[in-house]
Amino acid sequence: MADLSSNFVGIKSPNPFWLASAPPTDKEYNVVRAFEAGWGGVVWKTLGEDPPVVNVSSRYGAMHYSGQKIAGFNNIELITDRPLDVNLKEIERVKKNWPDRAMVVSLMVPCEEESWEKILRRVETTGCDGIELNFGCPHGMSERGMGSAVGQVPEYIQMVTEWCKKHTKIPTLVKLTPNITNILLPARAAVNGGADGVSLINTINSITAVNLDIMAPEPVVNGKGAHGGYCGPAVKPIALNMVGEIARDPECKNIPISGIGGVETWRDAAEFIALGAGTVQVCTAAMHYGFKIVEDMVDGLNNWMDEKGYHSIDDFRGAASKNFVDWGQLDMNYDIKALINQDLCIKCGLCHIACEDTSHQAITAERVDGQRKYTVIDEECVGCNLCMHVCPVEDCITMEEVQHDKPYMTWLEDPRNPANKKTA
Amino acid sequence: MTDSSHAAKTPIEMPPVPETPDIAAGRLSPEEYKENFSDLLPALDRRRAIIEADRCYFCYDAPCIEACPTGIDIPSFIHKISTDNVKGAATDILTANIMGGACARVCPVEELCEDACVRNTQNSQPVKIGRLQRYAVDGLMQRDDKQIFTRKEPTGKKIAVIGAGPAGMSCAHRLATLGHNVVVFDAKTKAGGLNEYGIAAYKLPDDFAQKEIDYILSIGGIEMRYEHALGEKIKLEELRRDFDAVFVGTGLSGVNKLGLDGEDLKGVENAVDYIAALRQAKDLSKLPVGRKIVVIGGGNTAIDIAIQTKRLGAEDVTLVYRRGEDDMNATWHEQELAQNNGVVIKHWAQPKRLIGWNGHVRQIEFEYTQLDGSGKLTGTGDTFTLLVDTVFKAIGQHFVPSPVQEGGRDLLTITPKGKIAVNEDRQTSLDNVWAGGDCIEGQDLTVAAVEDGKRAAIAIDRALSA
Ligand SMILES: Cc1cc2nc3c(=O)[nH]c(=O)nc-3n(C[C@H](O)[C@H](O)[C@H](O)COP(=O)(O)OP(=O)(O)OC[C@H]3O[C@@H](n4cnc5c(N)ncnc54)[C@H](O)[C@@H]3O)c2cc1C
Ligand SMILES: Cc1cc2nc3c(=O)[nH]c(=O)nc-3n(C[C@H](O)[C@H](O)[C@H](O)COP(=O)(O)O)c2cc1C
Ligand code: SF4
Ligand code: SF4
Ligand code: SF4
Repeated sequence: MADLSSNFVGIKSPNPFWLASAPPTDKEYNVVRAFEAGWGGVVWKTLGEDPPVVNVSSRYGAMHYSGQKIAGFNNIELITDRPLDVNLKEIERVKKNWPDRAMVVSLMVPCEEESWEKILRRVETTGCDGIELNFGCPHGMSERGMGSAVGQVPEYIQMVTEWCKKHTKIPTLVKLTPNITNILLPARAAVNGGADGVSLINTINSITAVNLDIMAPEPVVNGKGAHGGYCGPAVKPIALNMVGEIARDPECKNIPISGIGGVETWRDAAEFIALGAGTVQVCTAAMHYGFKIVEDMVDGLNNWMDEKGYHSIDDFRGAASKNFVDWGQLDMNYDIKALINQDLCIKCGLCHIACEDTSHQAITAERVDGQRKYTVIDEECVGCNLCMHVCPVEDCITMEEVQHDKPYMTWLEDPRNPANKKTA
Repeated sequence: MTDSSHAAKTPIEMPPVPETPDIAAGRLSPEEYKENFSDLLPALDRRRAIIEADRCYFCYDAPCIEACPTGIDIPSFIHKISTDNVKGAATDILTANIMGGACARVCPVEELCEDACVRNTQNSQPVKIGRLQRYAVDGLMQRDDKQIFTRKEPTGKKIAVIGAGPAGMSCAHRLATLGHNVVVFDAKTKAGGLNEYGIAAYKLPDDFAQKEIDYILSIGGIEMRYEHALGEKIKLEELRRDFDAVFVGTGLSGVNKLGLDGEDLKGVENAVDYIAALRQAKDLSKLPVGRKIVVIGGGNTAIDIAIQTKRLGAEDVTLVYRRGEDDMNATWHEQELAQNNGVVIKHWAQPKRLIGWNGHVRQIEFEYTQLDGSGKLTGTGDTFTLLVDTVFKAIGQHFVPSPVQEGGRDLLTITPKGKIAVNEDRQTSLDNVWAGGDCIEGQDLTVAAVEDGKRAAIAIDRALSA
């Protein structure tokens, strides 16, 4: 049995699975159910100044793909729409009743020191373990100068983080928006502001669909739609990259990272952790399936760690980070070729047509004794993996390494690099 | 026991036999009739259709296309279903197969397209091509813009089509789209052929065959002449003279006989005749059906009569086939369906004797069969006898050549198997006569008939525009 317990910027939790600040963490009722189900911690739905915000009706859009529901999810909700008082009382009570779980409180107030100071003072009274500064919300709140309107300006991030560090001793996480061209700039600003950790990603500006009858973006609110924040399985690749970039950036100084975006399974979580995250946060998966999914996250991660011989989260945290390099660091001499296992092949022809129409014409389509046969022409195959990805049969196409004794050679060292020719 | 006035010999080993057969109508409640003869498989709704469509891999050089006698571009239409382009999907189907709606319901897909689906090879179910096809065509039929065909410029040519079954109507429709005018002659009072008179009622409920005919005729340029039998009211030689081309699609009108004594006893019936009566019945509760039924045969007609009489309320239905399970023409799927409907299938036995009382069949004696050393079917000498109210003969049909004869002489070449000889284009030995469907060799299936009609039409068009 591996030890899944987590100590993230001093915040302890029995496992690294936290619920992200969102509807699942908006009230005591939900959070208690989540803790009963086994979640290690929560980031309470973002609190703001009273009077509370008012939400519209019709709030979520979704991307369904190939019969699969919710490949991506989007919302136009604002921060909590309940009075500050009510939230604070509930937070205090839940923390008291569930002392072993992480209780982080997400905050968003206008960009004035006074506002932050005021809310911090009140939040401290709840006994919560940490705060998360929501600089990410990309819709609605940003139009009021908060959320991603702050998160897109590194100077503001640093400034607000500094205010918070000045006015509270509680560990402070800065939640970053991905709606920016280079994630390192806001991340470095958070580091420079003294943040204890960063959490990312918040949602991505998006329109999930256009309603072609009403001629408006979904979700449609009485004939009109606004852009929303995108999340769910579809955003995981974007989140992984941003987490990985921060983890390997020397200027980010190994700042602890809470990884968010499309985490649905223990495997997703393991990937975030392998790239450097200390905890993960989950929203859409819980909203899709309910809280019970945490059981497999805990159990699956445990079993996988046992299998790999990892005793604690720290044993493999960041293990993939050193192998996350720039393109220029890759081995130009590495050579793989597609290989079709003819016994598994069901003759769908997808590999052929993909390579034939769109790539390297490296898979022949023949009829042998009336039977369809698809074979790779090694000389033409560039080892791009396309056929392997389109093949519907698991392990039917494998990429086989061509054995040779050439050394590891990067592009910088490659004689085909024009820069090298000049100097030669 | 019965008295001496009974015509046939009484088998000694039998217990007393009730004198009168139990043949009665109204064995079921109105709800039971409705349930038993409604759609065999319910239609897919949009969501289930899309989920099923997403199971299709969109194969390159897809094996399913090759397995469809009409060559429907299956991956293309299924992809269009998955994008909600139902009209486009139906267009793919109907341009290859104008009876795509009927075929979706009656094709033995387990031996055609779905058997070829690559999905079978992964310990998985094939894509449900038939049901998706139905979803697409039904979807089109519900639209106001369901007419997807337009006629080419009129050619001024006139073609006679004999037989309004799948072969004839497919030919007529294609010819009409190509700009020709068509006159369809049929011996009966309705079009559709076996879609109307033969296919099992639960496969084509709700007057589907006539709706499909209406759609086919809506293209225009097709004139229907009912009660015009070839060889009677109309003659092949006259048609050849009066029309630019002739297509013969008269199907099989002869029913094979058992060749046993007592075959003309009451209660010994042709399965196809009873099915036709069932298909035409306005009220199934008025249709009499026996209590104990024996069906002889191993094809789909045998299966169909067995299931339908069982569903009409017959108590015991026994299908007896002289060879083994794998030799049956009925697909495994059909055999399974029969068994699920409570039909008892007995293999390796052939009828020997029909025994009647008062002119009505009451018993049937079978002899067990086996293959001898040379693979020939022989009787073992052992027998058994079944009590019956009705015996249905379903041992096949044959082409009756008299309508294409004149003065006892064949006008066109007949094959050794007794069907009209044609070439690839479905052209007969007469250069202005084409033929297709069950009256030529090949699989006796609706979809094959549709393909014949289509190919013949294309060839006729080519010949006439040359
Ligand atoms: C009981 C039964 C069940 C079947 N079930 C299936 C099934 O589930 N799936 C499947 O694919 N196939 C099935 N078939 C086979 C299928 O029905 C036929 O293959 C198909 O109908 C053949 O079409 P056709 O146009 O050649 O002939 P038919 O459908 O037989 O049509 C022939 C037409 O010609 C007319 N005609 C006949 N003689 C003359 C004449 N002398 N002059 C003018 N008109 C004439 C007839 O009235 C009829 O309208 C079944 C057949 C039977 C008998
Ligand atoms: C309906 C909804 C409301 C959200 N509200 C907040 C919020 O109030 N504060 C916040 O920091 N993030 C909010 N988020 C973003 C999530 O916390 C999380 O960053 C994002 O959904 C990505 O994680 P996921 O892919 O697991 O959903 C919200 C997300 C959703 C779907
Ligand atoms: S790896 Fe790429 S180039 Fe090689 S066969 Fe596959 S698709 Fe073609
Ligand atoms: S994609 Fe896979 S299953 Fe399909 S033909 Fe190619 S190797 Fe065979
Ligand atoms: S063989 Fe099956 S999976 Fe392939 S195109 Fe046809 S229906 Fe689709």
